Amino acid sequence: MPVRFDKIYDVVVAGGGNAALCAAITAARAGRSVIVLEGAPAFYRGGNTRHTRNLRCAHDGTAPTMTGPYDPAEFLDDLYRVTGGETDKALAQLTIERSQELIPWMNKAGVLFQPPLGGTLSLGKTNAFFLGGGRGMLNALYRQAEALGVVCLSDAPVTALAIENGFFTSATIQYEGLPHQVRGRTFVAAAGGFEANIDWLRQHWGAAADNFLIRGTPYNRGDVLKMLLAHGVKPVGDPTQMHCVGIDARAPKFDGGIATRLDSVVFGIMVNRAAQRFYDEGEETWPKRYAIWGRLIAQQSEQIGYSIVDSKSIHMFMPSIFPAVQASTIGELAGKLQLDAAALEKTVADFNAAVRPGTFDHTVLDDCRTEGLAIPKSHWARKIDAPPYYAYPLRPGITFTYLGVRVNEESRMVLNNGKTSGNMFAAGEIMAGNVLGKAYLAGIGMTIGAVFGRIAGERAAKNARN
Amino acid sequence: MPATDLPRSAALVEADRLMTICNACRYCEGLCAVFPAMEMRRTFADGDLNYLANLCHQCGACYSDCQYSRPHEFNVNVPAALATLRNDSYAQYAWPRALAPAFARNGLFIALTAAASVAAFIVGFVAWRDPAVLFARHAGDFYKVMPHNAMVILFGAVFVFAIAALTLSLRAYWRDINGEGDGRAVVEATGDAARLTYLGGGGGGCTSENERPSAQRRVFHHFTFYGFLLCFAATSVATIYHYGFGWHAPYALTSLPVLLGIAGGLGLLIGPAGLFVLAQRRDAILTDAPRRGMDTAFLAMLFLVSLTGFALMALRDTGAMGLLLALHLGVVLALFLSLPYGKFVHGLYRYLALVKYAREKRTAAFVD
Repeated sequence: MPVRFDKIYDVVVAGGGNAALCAAITAARAGRSVIVLEGAPAFYRGGNTRHTRNLRCAHDGTAPTMTGPYDPAEFLDDLYRVTGGETDKALAQLTIERSQELIPWMNKAGVLFQPPLGGTLSLGKTNAFFLGGGRGMLNALYRQAEALGVVCLSDAPVTALAIENGFFTSATIQYEGLPHQVRGRTFVAAAGGFEANIDWLRQHWGAAADNFLIRGTPYNRGDVLKMLLAHGVKPVGDPTQMHCVGIDARAPKFDGGIATRLDSVVFGIMVNRAAQRFYDEGEETWPKRYAIWGRLIAQQSEQIGYSIVDSKSIHMFMPSIFPAVQASTIGELAGKLQLDAAALEKTVADFNAAVRPGTFDHTVLDDCRTEGLAIPKSHWARKIDAPPYYAYPLRPGITFTYLGVRVNEESRMVLNNGKTSGNMFAAGEIMAGNVLGKAYLAGIGMTIGAVFGRIAGERAAKNARN
Repeated sequence: MPATDLPRSAALVEADRLMTICNACRYCEGLCAVFPAMEMRRTFADGDLNYLANLCHQCGACYSDCQYSRPHEFNVNVPAALATLRNDSYAQYAWPRALAPAFARNGLFIALTAAASVAAFIVGFVAWRDPAVLFARHAGDFYKVMPHNAMVILFGAVFVFAIAALTLSLRAYWRDINGEGDGRAVVEATGDAARLTYLGGGGGGCTSENERPSAQRRVFHHFTFYGFLLCFAATSVATIYHYGFGWHAPYALTSLPVLLGIAGGLGLLIGPAGLFVLAQRRDAILTDAPRRGMDTAFLAMLFLVSLTGFALMALRDTGAMGLLLALHLGVVLALFLSLPYGKFVHGLYRYLALVKYAREKRTAAFVD
């Protein structure tokens, strides 16, 4: 549907990912006129949604692609456990309650699901996998939205919001080289966090931020979030925190997505620029082990680490996108990594000497561990002694930030003065901090986006009629 | 010199680059057989890549779903890369080697073959009989223009040659991909080929234009494939009639060979026409664009075989029969001659890839 800048839309949606589309489709089905303003060019539309692959949902076990059932109470336990209670309980319960509607709702919108991917069978009970991944899902949602008459603009970043006492009247966008006013009766902010905004990250992380890799597109700048906070919307979530994993240091600066992950860490040792180990590589099982290393590496000199394994382990983890650095001796490997050879040889020798005999099994917390090291390796410790030796360089890969806007059960924004906004709603990563105060649970970002996207769409539709 | 000493072709290098990226991503695993087959490997030898290329049905779903397609710097385009490699592989396995270049400019090769073949029949009819026979009325009796035995000898020889050339090409392919199969795999592959299981993008359909998947390509391919089989059945039944029962052509409109031929012929008009229209609308980025002439040439030949067949049937009692017979036989002969050197081979290579896949799916382990 062609865009018209002379009309007043019932619902103006900022953002173009899962949450934005769920809100747009819901409002359009209720008969409202809707415009979606995506800041990124068409290929990059959808923010982090384009890199996702599944959503977590409570279900009774009848979903054809899932092993199940996943009881809402169990889901809630999982959420409380990972966040350590840093969650708004009412909103957490609402998320889980309504997550049960998501698969049928997505199916109706044309989204197809598939059984869990290879290597992720552990998620088969809790997570529904999109056929073809997040971009396939997003394409289906866009087709549905367009079929319902939603105006979907891409490459249309919001540059300003007109908000009076918490009441939205219009958004200014830059579109096809010109600024335009988009007026609306209600506003849904679904424009994500600020993980790609290096300047913003630098405020909290200093120069280290320059060495971070951003796993999503460069368009996740948090502009809308910043405008809302400046207009007196109440913040939620730790402004300094981000979700950050260890990824291949050779990945692109932006948008490397899932393919740049490395699962090698637990199979060997991890060293820093000084060729010293800095954390227990055998502390936890997947997926937590996957999530801690970004932060650990961020705290090392030059924000880089090196995962070192030998030929016993090189085929035990997911294939990597970039080849491992390979050498026939530890000294040669150090040379290729530009590390101090003597220091790396000593680190490996000390580690090897500390390894106790055990029965190796990387699928459980096995009994292979070290003894006598200042930094132990408590599981999966095997000597690194079978050449050739391999190394992968890792850097922190930033996935999302926790800072967002406070909302209530209607997805309605809460203002600093304690009142709620007359016509502004938020959904997705921009308000995920209400539910997910810290840490992460695989697929829950999509759950929060879809649940609150739908709620925001319902409420905005109702609001726009009054 | 072993093939490993040669520098890899650009198509192999690109396919290897993409499969390495895809194997670290794996989001497309549910779309078709290519990605699960890829996941059974960590590295990709030439034979592996040729196998994956021929396993790809080019539905395009993995391109529109890809987070790394252009303008992303990874520039992932699996349908086009595998189409290019697949077309290279047809030439690589071609027997005799001297005819491998036929795949490079396939449209021209097929057109010249067809023209020469039609001309040869016209000249032949005139030279062996007399010019009058070409334009006379024969009440539908083709053998007055060309004796039955001459037809059998000519087409039989060409058919035997085509079978031999295809067999040798397929043998080279099967060796290259380390082919393995068994009865169960053959049954499963036959089912997957008959239904075109993997032309469905995992359920969403084939991406023909825009990013809107549809079942149209599968439907028109079914028309083409089953039309071809019905025409083959018509010829086979007629052969049995001739030699088994001494019932000679022309056959009545309600006879089995003619009914099968009509049904098959309709398939070969509707199917290739539909596939041609869809190919014109299809985003060229999903294809091996420089060699799309090969697809067009094969569709045109199938369409012409059917069209000239129907024309012959309609006008067999008129003075046009002689020329139409030359036209029809010329096109059919050219189709047979070019079977090992055109798009026809895709079905055989893909079928064997499906056999290998069905077998290794049961026996090999996924890498993760």
